[in-house]
Amino acid sequence: MSTFLSSNAELIISLVKIALLLFIVLTVNAYLTWFERKVVAHMQSRWGPHRVGPHGLLQPLADGVKFLFKEDSTPAGADKFVYYLAPLLALALALTSIAIIPFGPDPIHLFGHDIYLGIAPPDLNIGILALFAITALGVYGIALAGWSSNSKYPLLGGLRSSAQMISYELSLTMSVVGVLLIAGSFNLKDIIANQTSTKWGIFGWNIFPQLLGFICFFIAAIAETNRVPFDLPEAESELVAGFHTEYASFKFAMFFIAEYTSMITVSCLCTIMFFGGWLSPFPASWTFTHYLPSAILLPFGLWVIWDGIRYETIFGRIILPAVGTAITALGAVFILFPDVNTFIQGPFWLLSKIFIFLFIYVWMRGTLPRFRYDQLMAFGWKLLLPASIVNVIITSFVILAKMQWGPK
Amino acid sequence: MVPTNYYVILSAILFGLGVFAFVFKRNIITIFMSIELMLNAVNLAFVAFSQALGKLDGQVFVLFVIVVAAAEAAVGLGIIILIARNRQSLNVERVDLLKL
Amino acid sequence: MTAPLVVFFVLAALAILGALSLIWQKHPIHSALSLIVVMVALAGLYLLMGAEFVAAVQIIVYSGAIMVLFVLVIMLLNAGIEEHTSISKLAGVPGLLLVIALAGFIAATIARSSETVQAAMQTGAISSTKGISNMVFRDFVYPFELTSFLILVAIMGALVLAQREKS
Repeated sequence: MSTFLSSNAELIISLVKIALLLFIVLTVNAYLTWFERKVVAHMQSRWGPHRVGPHGLLQPLADGVKFLFKEDSTPAGADKFVYYLAPLLALALALTSIAIIPFGPDPIHLFGHDIYLGIAPPDLNIGILALFAITALGVYGIALAGWSSNSKYPLLGGLRSSAQMISYELSLTMSVVGVLLIAGSFNLKDIIANQTSTKWGIFGWNIFPQLLGFICFFIAAIAETNRVPFDLPEAESELVAGFHTEYASFKFAMFFIAEYTSMITVSCLCTIMFFGGWLSPFPASWTFTHYLPSAILLPFGLWVIWDGIRYETIFGRIILPAVGTAITALGAVFILFPDVNTFIQGPFWLLSKIFIFLFIYVWMRGTLPRFRYDQLMAFGWKLLLPASIVNVIITSFVILAKMQWGPK
Repeated sequence: MVPTNYYVILSAILFGLGVFAFVFKRNIITIFMSIELMLNAVNLAFVAFSQALGKLDGQVFVLFVIVVAAAEAAVGLGIIILIARNRQSLNVERVDLLKL
Repeated sequence: MTAPLVVFFVLAALAILGALSLIWQKHPIHSALSLIVVMVALAGLYLLMGAEFVAAVQIIVYSGAIMVLFVLVIMLLNAGIEEHTSISKLAGVPGLLLVIALAGFIAATIARSSETVQAAMQTGAISSTKGISNMVFRDFVYPFELTSFLILVAIMGALVLAQREKS
């Protein structure tokens, strides 16, 4: 048994990483729906889910159980194979794109093997291209879903949505070219390593040379993931529910999970390419900033305990202090063990920035009205694509000028 | 390492299947897709030889083949849409107005 | 049976099954899906050969854009199950003979060639993307500009062909 383990160590490490990452991503998805409902509700001066568990924290569990037990109907005359394939394709592709993202710079040294945070090998030379390839295939999930439902509104929604996705895909890939020109590589680790700076870390981030590129990328990414303000194809008041009208229970949940996962992937891409990934914004000499994770986790854990003790239901009074104690213990671990603390710096900054982007996504959902379809297409082709091409041209000129007349 | 012969034989088989689909199928769009299958088979042969000889010319040519296939698909599908509008059918045997 | 050989056979079987499915299926959308399977299998084979940029371009452009165009046109034209007349069934027999002759001839010629072209070791000095971009933008810059012109012509042609007549 032990020889089997040691000879196939890479395979077993990969399998364990895949299982762990899958579990984490699905849980994050579930709690992202809770987060979205809570934040949008508070923006609209109401409470959101607050009954199912303490602060509504068990609402995703209730939703999951509901999805599992709902009646699963298939529309008459639907093409069975394609009808079952479409949500499967959407979900598989969305989850595959998470595999390419590296979550931290340093590997964990365990049993003599280096375990990198992230499923794809760290020297994947076509990192970003692989992500774009998976995004390009994601159009099929929606187009096939709309068509196979054998019904008017899904077909229209599916066609509109796939046309929108392929239009904004062009601007998406073009707006990244500026970053690639600066970094000189497709590898995600190289792109992050290129954003280091000797002074304040924040000045090395790609957001400053590539502001136009970031704006184009962010807008195109929102359109790619079919979120507000570009979510006309799945809007409730317009097309019943767009391409997933005829999908019930678990298949609808698969589309849902696919959309939120692609939201997470796009937030990861934004932070990696424009905001320095796992690099800290502070100078490297400020080593006291290494205590920032603990400085956030400890007070937050203590607040959760204090709030839980005074909660209304008995269940909340048990669960919330337990969760709070776990968070406080985590914060204490980071203070007590210095090498764990240095290891966790990279993932901490990456996850914080991803969280900020997810908040911005949810914020826009609560605030902005949606585009009309012809305005959407006109915006994508006539404004965003020329803007991203102009970004590429300006970036190439500046790089050439630096090579020609800059410091040797 | 996989010998290059294997790749070229696979490319030949795919090309042959593309030719068969071109001759046998009656829907215009499927016939057009068999042309794309033939182009893919040829691309495979190009990349196989590029790897065998250690040069990158084959891969550059594959890029050009893909670009030309994209242009051809766009114009071809435009023509197919017109045929479908004018003859109200996608069966290639109905496009026979020039027959004697 | 080394690992690359196993992967090759799996991907090759997938590609051939996809091509056979393209011929066998009656509905054009199933043929389109089979063709996408073939293209993704071929992209896997390109990755196996070390041509990573070409594999990515194959998936992004070929299966992610050109085949999307096919699928959208099939949906738009509401293509149904295809009908076979007696003539087409008759054409199947010479078609099959033609295929066996063509593929068999090529395969036999290759198999009989005594000097097998062995795969050269990857030098690794110039990575695939850098090398390809050097070649495209230096040695082949004229064909590259011509292809951009070709795409412009294709866009204009497609627009003119597909617009409705102003009545």
